[in-house]
This record gives sequence, structure tokens and C-alpha cells, in this order.
Amino acid sequence: MVCSLQLGLEAGQRDGRTMTKYSGFKVFAQALRNNRGWGRAWRDPDPQPAYDVIIIGGGGHGLATAYYLAKEHGIKRVAVLEKGWLGGGNLGRNTTIVRSNYMENGNTQFYEHSLKLWENLSQDLNYNVMFSQRGYLGLLHSYGQLDAGRQRVHAMKLNGIEASFLTREQVQEKAPYLDMSMNARYPILGGVLQQRAGTARHDAVAWGFARAADRQGVDIIQQCEVLGFIWKGLKIVGVETTRGDIRAPKVTSAVAGNSGVLAEKAGFQLPIESHLLQAFVTEPIKPLVNCVIASFGMLYYISQSDKGGLVLGGSLDGYNSYAQRGNLPKVEHILSIGKALMPCLSRLRILRHWGGIMDMTMDGSPIICKTPVDGFYMSAGWCYGGFKATPGAGWCLAHTIAKDEPHPLSAGYTIDRFRRGATINESGTGPVPGHH
Amino acid sequence: MRIECPCCGLRDHREFDYGGDALRQRPAHNDTDIDRWSDYVFMRRNPSGLHREFWQHIYGCRQWIVVSRDTVSHQILSVCLASGAHGAGQGLERA
Repeated sequence: MVCSLQLGLEAGQRDGRTMTKYSGFKVFAQALRNNRGWGRAWRDPDPQPAYDVIIIGGGGHGLATAYYLAKEHGIKRVAVLEKGWLGGGNLGRNTTIVRSNYMENGNTQFYEHSLKLWENLSQDLNYNVMFSQRGYLGLLHSYGQLDAGRQRVHAMKLNGIEASFLTREQVQEKAPYLDMSMNARYPILGGVLQQRAGTARHDAVAWGFARAADRQGVDIIQQCEVLGFIWKGLKIVGVETTRGDIRAPKVTSAVAGNSGVLAEKAGFQLPIESHLLQAFVTEPIKPLVNCVIASFGMLYYISQSDKGGLVLGGSLDGYNSYAQRGNLPKVEHILSIGKALMPCLSRLRILRHWGGIMDMTMDGSPIICKTPVDGFYMSAGWCYGGFKATPGAGWCLAHTIAKDEPHPLSAGYTIDRFRRGATINESGTGPVPGHH
Repeated sequence: MRIECPCCGLRDHREFDYGGDALRQRPAHNDTDIDRWSDYVFMRRNPSGLHREFWQHIYGCRQWIVVSRDTVSHQILSVCLASGAHGAGQGLERA
């Protein structure tokens, strides 16, 4: 065992890397050596002058795209450019919920594929992303919502996605700490449960994809901000960065809230407004919430992290923002919903609260496609839901870049669907981002 | 964030409803060009920095106003009435 460990380290040193495959044996062997033998998980290369593909944005979608480009399509001369640090954007700012309880064609199949990738992601990446299929329970508060809930269950089942409708009594049995009084501010009449949904550790998703992409030969370059594009006629052939010019025949953006800023540099507009979404974590407590609980009516969601903190969030602050910090009225609004649904929250203290910039599209569905500019691709418009889509979006964007045609699962996620009247509007609320 | 309503004075932003990009040009009613309508309905300026945007003072005078605000610092530079409701964006200086 020790012998194989040493061999592994030597093999790693030969090609200039110090990473080895993680395993139970490795953990045991390292424990015997006081854990002094772990190498770094990915390299820190300087940018090369040219690549086959440049991915702007070292968040979940960018890293996943790089990984699948290398692994599924054999395109390994790939650079991921991150202006800050890996996972410092929305990947490290979400509430870690993974689900596929969608109803609209174009969404259901895509998110279900993503969920299937999640189910094997730890093995695939050789990195424990702590994906926990603890279930996602959506609460229904009115008779209209009961009908909508049943419709959702049927739509999911017709698409081959397991889901169940819970009566009021079944909800109470599953989550006895909810306020079940009919006089409650938000009376609970039933619920929709997707048991295969759950949560994952979002930092581990960044590190797992980064390490796995790096092992495939992808260069992950942090502290490298894109300032502009390099053009050849009407085609983008590279980027100008804070660490010099980098060229590639294909450049893709995966920058979430900053998509509009990059699109403007590339000379076109997006059907997107950037909005701020806040999230919160309480002090840790003993196990209480054993699934993700969401309110379909109120746009509120809560789960418990493995460290014990309750992780919760709600709706947008409500106006364009790039500030990454939220306003206080929304804090009051979200926490008052939480307390109304779960009175036992009232004496818990909030440990941390933060904001992320959501790229809200006009129909609430994302964009994965070639842009109007030759050589430029884009994954954007993920609204509140980018985290659960991480592997699926990477999978489809990698296909789009490698084959120069949309993946069948993301074929509806084009920019021109708005002009063609082919929007995918899950909530049916029209072109107002704050209403999705 | 507080907004200086031209009618009611300095009020908390919770009294206002957000209306988005104020520089969109609504095509004429008899305009049949699909691109112009599509741009008007779906496309938005989304700058990191100075943004001209509509707000409505729903818990006050109910007037529509145009606010010039920095989307990073949330500093408000100017507020004016969105006079001429049908000319949304018209008469405003292009950003």
C-alpha cells in the first residue's frame, strides 16, 4: 500500500503534477503519515498564448464545460479563466438545492439529465461532492395550488420522473415542526415530493470539477479577468485579459450575473436583467430538517447542512443589481416567511447572509447556445437555478462547442427563442424577471 | 435604498414597484416589424454601473418616475417624472 502510494507520487511528479487518485486506501495511508503527503488538487499554470477553447468564468458551469469538453469530446487544450477564485461567484453563493421537478417540455428532460449526472458525479469526478438525495418537498397553500401541485406530479410522471403528491397529513408526518394550523399565515394543504432531489456541497463541486478537468489537461487560470475580445473581422478569436492576450477559435462565456457585461463587449444585448438574490445560514443545531422544504406559493426554501446550519433563501431583491450584497427589507421578508412556516426558527440566530447576482431571463429559462457573434458561445440566464444544472449545462455546452450544433436536450435554450415566440416559461408570468 | 420622489420627497424603496430599463423604445402601434417588437418586449440594457430605470410610487402618488441609479453602489444620481407615458424612453438621453 505504502509502495503504491509512493509510485503514485512518483508518477505525479513525472508529469509535473502532484495529484493522485483519491480512495479509502489513500485516506488510510495518509492518516499513517499525519496527512503530510497530499499534493495540491490542481495546477496553477500561467496562461499559454493559444488554446482550442477559452472558457470565461471558473464557476460550476465553466469548470463542468471544460471537464466534459476534455472527457467526452477529447478537446483538452482548454483554458478556464476566472477573475477571482474558483467558486467565488454563484457556485459558492447558492443554497445547494438539486432537483428536476419541472413541467415544461425543454426543461423537464434537461434537468432530469442533469440530476442523473449528479447521481454519479462523485464517482465520475473521483471527488466527494456530498450529493445527498434527501428529497425536495414543495408546500401547497391554497386549493388552486393543490390543483397545480397535482398537475406538476402528473407532468413529471409523464416524463418518467418519479414524484408523489402528499396530503396535509402526510406533510405533517414528514415535517412535524411546520405550522399546520388552518389559521396559519400560510396554511399547508398538501405537498409535492421529489425524493431523488436533494443537496450537494457546493464548494466540493467547484473543487471536484476543477481537479477532474485539470487531470484531463485543462488549464485553470485564476486571477485572470477578461477585459475585451480579440476580433478578426466579425469573428471573435481570443480575449484580452489582465494576464495578457489569449487566442482561441472558440470562446465561451459562463459568467452568470455578468453575462450582460460580456455580451455588451461582444456587441449584442441579451433578454436578461441581473438581479440580486440573498441567502442565509443560521447557527448550527441538531438534525431537524431532513429534506429540502420549499413553499411554491411564497418562493421560500430551507434545508439543513451537514454541519447543522439551516440554509434558507427567498425571492429577488427586486431591481437590477451587481452589488453582491442585499437590502434589509428583503431579509425581514424572507425570515418572516420562515418563521410563519416554522415557528421554531424564531429564536435561531443568523450566522451569515450574502448575495449573488442572478442573470434573470425574460421567461425564467436559461440560454445555452452559439451567440450572434461567430466564435462566441454562451451559457447564461440561469436565474435562480444554475446550481442544480451544473453538470447538465456543462454537458450540453461542451457538446454545443465541440459539434457546433445544439445538444438535443438544450436545443430550446437559444437566444432567438424570444423573437420566435418559443419561450419556455415555467411560471407563465411574462417578461418580468422579478415574477419568475 | 431611498428614492427622492418628485411629488412625495425622500421615501423608502419599499413604497415603489420596479419597472426596469427606461430606455426601451416602444414601436408605433402600426409597426409590424417583428424585430423591433421583440427588442422592446424582451431585450434589456443591463449595465454594471449607471442604469436608467422606471419605478412607480405605488404606495404614494402612484406616479411613474425615471431613476438614474448605479447598479453597483446603488447611488441615485437623478430622479424625474416619466412624463408622456406612451413615449416610454422617448426624450431621455441615450446611455
